[in-house]
Amino acid sequence: MNFPSERPADDPAKTVPLPTLHSATASGGAASGGGWVHSSENASTVDGPGFRYVVWLAGCHLRCQYCHNPDTWAMNHGERRRVEDVVRDVARFAKFLRATGGGFTVSGGEPLVQAPFAFDLMRRVKAELELHTALDTNGYLGARLRDEDLDAVDLMLLDLKAFDAEQHRRVTGFDNADILAFARRLAERGRPTWVRYVLVPGLTDGQDDIAALAEFVAPMAHVERVEVLPFHQMGRAKWQELGEAYPLESTAPATEEQAEAARAIFRDAGCPVA
Amino acid sequence: MRGVGLQTDAPLKRAIFPNGGWRMVVGSLKAYGYEPDAHVAEAFTKYRKTHNDGVFDVYTPEIRKARSAHIVTGLPDAYGRGRIIGDYRRVALYGVDRLIQQKKTEKGGLDALHSTEDVIRDREELAEQIKALNELKTMGQAYGFDLSQPATNAREAVQWTYFAYLAAVKEQNGAAMSLGRTSTFLDVYIQRDLEEGTLTESEAQEIIDDFVIKLRIVRFLRTPEYDELFSGDPTWVTEAIGGVGEDGRPLVTKNSFRFLQTLYNLGPAPEPNMTVFWSPALPEGFKKFCAKVSIDTSSVQYENDDMLRGMGGDDSAIACCVSGMEVGKQMQFFGARVNLAKCLLYAINGGRDELSGDQVMPAFDPIQGDTLDCDEVMKRYDVAMDWLAGVYANAMNCIHYMHDKYAYERIEMALHDYAPKRTMAFGIAGLSVVADSLSAIQNATVKVVRDETGLVTDYEVQGDYPAYGNNDEAVDPYASWLVETFMEKLRKHPTYRNAEHTMSVLTITSNVVYGKSTGSTPDGRKRGEPFAPGANPMHGRDVEGYVASALSVAKLPYDSAQDGISLTNTVLPSALGSNRDDQIKNLAACLDGYFGSSGFHMNVNVLDRETLLDAMEHPEQYPQLTVRVSGYAVNFVKLTKEQQQDVVNRTFHAKL
Repeated sequence: MNFPSERPADDPAKTVPLPTLHSATASGGAASGGGWVHSSENASTVDGPGFRYVVWLAGCHLRCQYCHNPDTWAMNHGERRRVEDVVRDVARFAKFLRATGGGFTVSGGEPLVQAPFAFDLMRRVKAELELHTALDTNGYLGARLRDEDLDAVDLMLLDLKAFDAEQHRRVTGFDNADILAFARRLAERGRPTWVRYVLVPGLTDGQDDIAALAEFVAPMAHVERVEVLPFHQMGRAKWQELGEAYPLESTAPATEEQAEAARAIFRDAGCPVA
Repeated sequence: MRGVGLQTDAPLKRAIFPNGGWRMVVGSLKAYGYEPDAHVAEAFTKYRKTHNDGVFDVYTPEIRKARSAHIVTGLPDAYGRGRIIGDYRRVALYGVDRLIQQKKTEKGGLDALHSTEDVIRDREELAEQIKALNELKTMGQAYGFDLSQPATNAREAVQWTYFAYLAAVKEQNGAAMSLGRTSTFLDVYIQRDLEEGTLTESEAQEIIDDFVIKLRIVRFLRTPEYDELFSGDPTWVTEAIGGVGEDGRPLVTKNSFRFLQTLYNLGPAPEPNMTVFWSPALPEGFKKFCAKVSIDTSSVQYENDDMLRGMGGDDSAIACCVSGMEVGKQMQFFGARVNLAKCLLYAINGGRDELSGDQVMPAFDPIQGDTLDCDEVMKRYDVAMDWLAGVYANAMNCIHYMHDKYAYERIEMALHDYAPKRTMAFGIAGLSVVADSLSAIQNATVKVVRDETGLVTDYEVQGDYPAYGNNDEAVDPYASWLVETFMEKLRKHPTYRNAEHTMSVLTITSNVVYGKSTGSTPDGRKRGEPFAPGANPMHGRDVEGYVASALSVAKLPYDSAQDGISLTNTVLPSALGSNRDDQIKNLAACLDGYFGSSGFHMNVNVLDRETLLDAMEHPEQYPQLTVRVSGYAVNFVKLTKEQQQDVVNRTFHAKL
């Protein structure tokens, strides 16, 4: 099996160049002008509270074995869109989204690969449409965000893939020191966060690692919710279309019982499990 | 004690109601293998004129022609009009003697007036109402109850209220015989008994369960065609639940919960038509309970409480599916609907019917070229709609004049104030077909296909067009325009008893039948294909998901459609969230969002496609599978295959 960890992390063919985050401030205009959007959805109920307009930005540097959207890895699998065009589209749904207690979520890919664009979108949607904003991130690039950026997001959806560094490399191809540091930083600033963990049978269902992650998360008062997402095979076709070797080709979807067992570990550690 | 009282001498036994129309009775009896009794037949063919006889004495040739062509359809000219809600609570609250006293006072108030036709009619109606109230007392005595005085406890209050409703369904076979808003009213009686210790909560629930069983077994004798049109055997025993008062206090009581709880205790069922008046201001616990019941049973519909309160105060109820009216103070003259999609085809064909080729409306020059031009079509559509509105209003006046004369709802009207507000409830079908057709003509190229007589019988749509149902300002205004325009045209025609013109966008399940009787349309829909139900977008065209679809419908102007705008939504459980708690919370949030966006009505089904397909294959395993269709619920396994397929085909809104 060709595990992504065997692939050099700096393989230029597979890695999206990292952007530098520049002055997309709360008061500033559209510093990014626009960005690469993979797709959008106007009424998601699984990307934060209530109903949410979600944009999935293209580009991700992690290579999670269980990724169900590998077509969002490459930037060029997206459509170039201007900030105001996205905001205008969100506006069509703003009243409804507000009334549901929902809002606007930027996801990916990894949205921080296009951090200026992501923050332009969230700031403008918040300022112009008064919508709650959420950022669905793996946290790997979190160190590049300023404190005021953190404060500009109403809710962080932080995808923690593993606690143990070696396990994290195995799952994603990358180290998780920066990710855990980002989680601690969110905790210090008290930024509301939902932690999400994908349960893959045979890959991320090790009780010890889940327990260690649970111990890490449990004391963090800013974590409002921990979600265990059972692995599914709906991404398989995308791997095939992309001609990528899919390491989980023959992995069975996680059962509800397996997911519940993982939730129990988080719950026992004192995490607010959904 | 169990509630007592049946429509006939045995449960589920159906009575005949010849006052509405003798032919309908004969047809219904024949369909079930019965011959009418010779004496009754003689009475209603020789001595007693019916509503149906009266209407056809005064229909003009033009009305008959429009009716035969199915451009004006479903009119209550051969059956009971229904959609009148007696305030059945009054019998429990006041006792019948007090009601009779009041009616006598009202009648006395007319004594000094000059005897014009209007005054004479009012006097006669009040006299009939008083007779009906006395008959109600007699019915109560037959069961050993004295209804002359107010109910003194919960059991009596439920029984008295039921007797009043029973009297109505013994007297009338109306198209919809709705119950009103009884659940919260009854709570005060139950609460007092609970506090006095004369009733336990489980006994209270049992009383409501029994009441609901009685409402579930209301039956009318109807023809198979009627049942096919409306998918099963609906009676529309609609009960309004919840809502918020004008003073801001919720009208949710424990009894609101008890009514909904019957869907668990007795299993899901189409009747009574549980209708929650939704406001974002409802208590959160009640919202979640409703959402849970919807997810578990798909047996609840929702109406916008804030809009209904704004129109008719905080004691409104729903007649049939979406028709709001203030209980006991307002009634309607029901008028089914006209087919505005067919009307568009008449505009294109110079008034000829696209199926028969007959000249149904007065001739004018049809569209000449091979490609439809928006201005040319709109000019003609305006003419065709003017004509249709006139024919329709004329037919309605004839119908309701005769219904009052030959099939007057004595007991239901006895449970109204004198001189209630009257509305004339017009309706339209084909909204989404027309909106999409106009969009196609405007934004794509629509070529016409003519037969040898020059009649346009088909269309070829080249290119794409924005379709209604995607929350898209490029097309949604066509739908709003249509509603406003036709309403304005109707308002030009005076109505019987000066009723206020209203209109609904509702098809019930007859969207399938309307489709059958309508030729191909310029949106690319082929001859015979079903319309979308009510105000729903055409299925398959609302590609942006159920929220975008619903928000298009929410834009329709309620001011021009005060008889209600119906939307049916079917959602996969997984589209509401990844776990049950989220699903419940999000369905409640979705209703907050829709009604907060001025949506008027939503039928909510939470079902997966596989369940329905399996139920088609194995109906015996799904005896109680209930599905919300346009404005009410049906038992899925009792639908025809064609209707089942239509429900399955309708967009299952699941976002991956």
